[in-house]
Amino acid sequence: MRVFQGIAVSPGVAIAKAMVVDDQQPRVTRRFISRANVDAELKRLASAMDLVAEQIQASQDEVATELGDQYGAIFSAHLQMVRDEKLNESLIDSIRYRHYTAEYAVSQSFARYIQFFERVPNPFLRERAGDFRDIEQRLLNVLFGADAKRKLAAKQPSIVIAHDLTPSEMANLDRVNIRGIVTEVGGPGSHSAIVAEALELPAVVGVGAHLREIQTDTTLIIDGHQGRVIVQPDEETIARYEKEVEQQRQTKIKLRGLRDLPAVTTDGETITLMANIEFPHEADACIERGASGVGLYRTEFLYLGQDSEPTEEDHYQVYSKVIRDMQGSPIVIRTLDLGADKIFGDEHPPEQNPFLGLRSIRLSLRNTDQFRRQLRAILRASVLGNVSVMFPLVSTLHELRQAKMLLSDLMEDLEEQSIAFNRDLKVGIMVEVPSSVVMLDRFAQEIDFISIGTNDLVQYTLAVDRNNPDVATLYNSCDPAVLRLIQMAVDSAHEGNIGVTLCGQMGGNPVYTMLLIGMGLRSLSVTPSAIPEIKQICRTVSAQKCRELATRVRDMDNAWEIKRLLREHLRQLFPDDA
Amino acid sequence: MGDESIIRKVVVPNRQGLHARPANMFVKVALQYQSQVEITRDGLKVSGKSILDVMTLAAEQGTELTIIVTGPDAETAADALVDVVKRFIEEDDEENET
Repeated sequence: MRVFQGIAVSPGVAIAKAMVVDDQQPRVTRRFISRANVDAELKRLASAMDLVAEQIQASQDEVATELGDQYGAIFSAHLQMVRDEKLNESLIDSIRYRHYTAEYAVSQSFARYIQFFERVPNPFLRERAGDFRDIEQRLLNVLFGADAKRKLAAKQPSIVIAHDLTPSEMANLDRVNIRGIVTEVGGPGSHSAIVAEALELPAVVGVGAHLREIQTDTTLIIDGHQGRVIVQPDEETIARYEKEVEQQRQTKIKLRGLRDLPAVTTDGETITLMANIEFPHEADACIERGASGVGLYRTEFLYLGQDSEPTEEDHYQVYSKVIRDMQGSPIVIRTLDLGADKIFGDEHPPEQNPFLGLRSIRLSLRNTDQFRRQLRAILRASVLGNVSVMFPLVSTLHELRQAKMLLSDLMEDLEEQSIAFNRDLKVGIMVEVPSSVVMLDRFAQEIDFISIGTNDLVQYTLAVDRNNPDVATLYNSCDPAVLRLIQMAVDSAHEGNIGVTLCGQMGGNPVYTMLLIGMGLRSLSVTPSAIPEIKQICRTVSAQKCRELATRVRDMDNAWEIKRLLREHLRQLFPDDA
Repeated sequence: MGDESIIRKVVVPNRQGLHARPANMFVKVALQYQSQVEITRDGLKVSGKSILDVMTLAAEQGTELTIIVTGPDAETAADALVDVVKRFIEEDDEENET
């Protein structure tokens, strides 16, 4: 038995087998190119930069959706770094005037920054060397043609042992089998530490070079409270820690018990908290967090990273799995929401304004064969549980009617073929475009529910693409215009007597919870990990107080002031946490 | 409007200093303006429109930075940049809240 001491950065205890992750950093040798190849090499660099920017964007979206905006912001900074003019100039100069290969130019330029940050005395700023390593590794992987996403997958319950893990590797961790993380370097400020904590994975960093002595499959204990890593523990130690793991389990159960309590305000208003999911396995997280259902089941994953389009059976299989796992709770399946930033295949020429282009329901109504397959699968799955269908980005009544017509055609087909489906399948739209808010009284006569998708609604209301660094700061969920539109949507839904839920990042951010309740929302669909926190707020406030807050906000015309007021109220609610 | 330089001093307010995320916020704002933006710290002068440059200031909490803005929209740019540095403190708030 050996014990290594490191820095405890994320609490918890795990006992599992070691999985040693080799530092597969490609080795860069100093090589030169001929004058004739300079242009080709510059092109190679440019396309590698573009590809890496795309990868970072994808990581940002993934992490922001799962863990919240503040974690996604890590990658927003990385994106800014890749686009940095100075960096690009220095890389281009190295290739053009010194005839370095793109790989060597990258490793030279980044080495300077990495060395600089490794020597900074402030420990938090010193961690930034890791950001540069992450981007360098991505670039070299692309240039070397290596597997861009080093997926940390484990076949058995494992503890990852690595020299260091980049934020991108953290984002791609296998959530099922990886039970803990140990790294040789790093400190409490490293992004890996922050992400490990958000994922509730015990983590010990800064253990030093000892980890080379650990072999894959060796039994390990990681103690995330004390910062200890115990290699080949003896029976007694295992027994002691097993007790702690058991205690941990009990605490989790207690927490789960708390999570089973309803989200009711102190004056008796019930708030329905549902979850947004993308992958079928996330149903477990919904149940664990006490979600009342799946308010938004995204289906894009069926299309992304596939060579061929999914069949009706592919759709049916994943839907029925989630329906089974959710044990009768309501599930809202959103039809394909691709296009703009998420493109399937590349047969489609690039658009000048992708966010105003052929995306979501527009794309589905154009590819009706594919759309029919999805709708048929949803109809067939509708008998297995409490299923509704939701169309994204509907901007006109005509679109809704077209989609509904397809749906009733398919119902007739199924009837003729004597295949079971739920004739009363509830149909809703995602309200993400100002036009649908304005026309909502009409929409309400033809649908059963709406879900307000705040991410796109903010974008289209303010005409700001939040992925565009030049204007991203103008993107603000607190903008009074956005709040007015949300209020209009809620009021129209109530008047039209249809269901209204809010999904999108605004719903999962505790800063907005009181305001949203005050505006009349009684149903929110959020990322599963946000549910306990939002529930805690619901159980601490009165709807009356929330209404007063919403009334005050209605008189304000400045987004920053509104946000400040909302923060202040949240702090008053939980003074101990501040 | 002339092209005089506007000079503003500001102290890094947040606990974790001018690390990647605040540097990103700063540069995003700086890039919105036509004016040239420079930051100096203890005699070191860098471009305020390059995140790499801004990060290499390695400015911790309490560091005094001088922002020098030169160009047609210098006045408004300088105001916005001072404002964004002051907003870093909200980062700390956010970490407490979530």
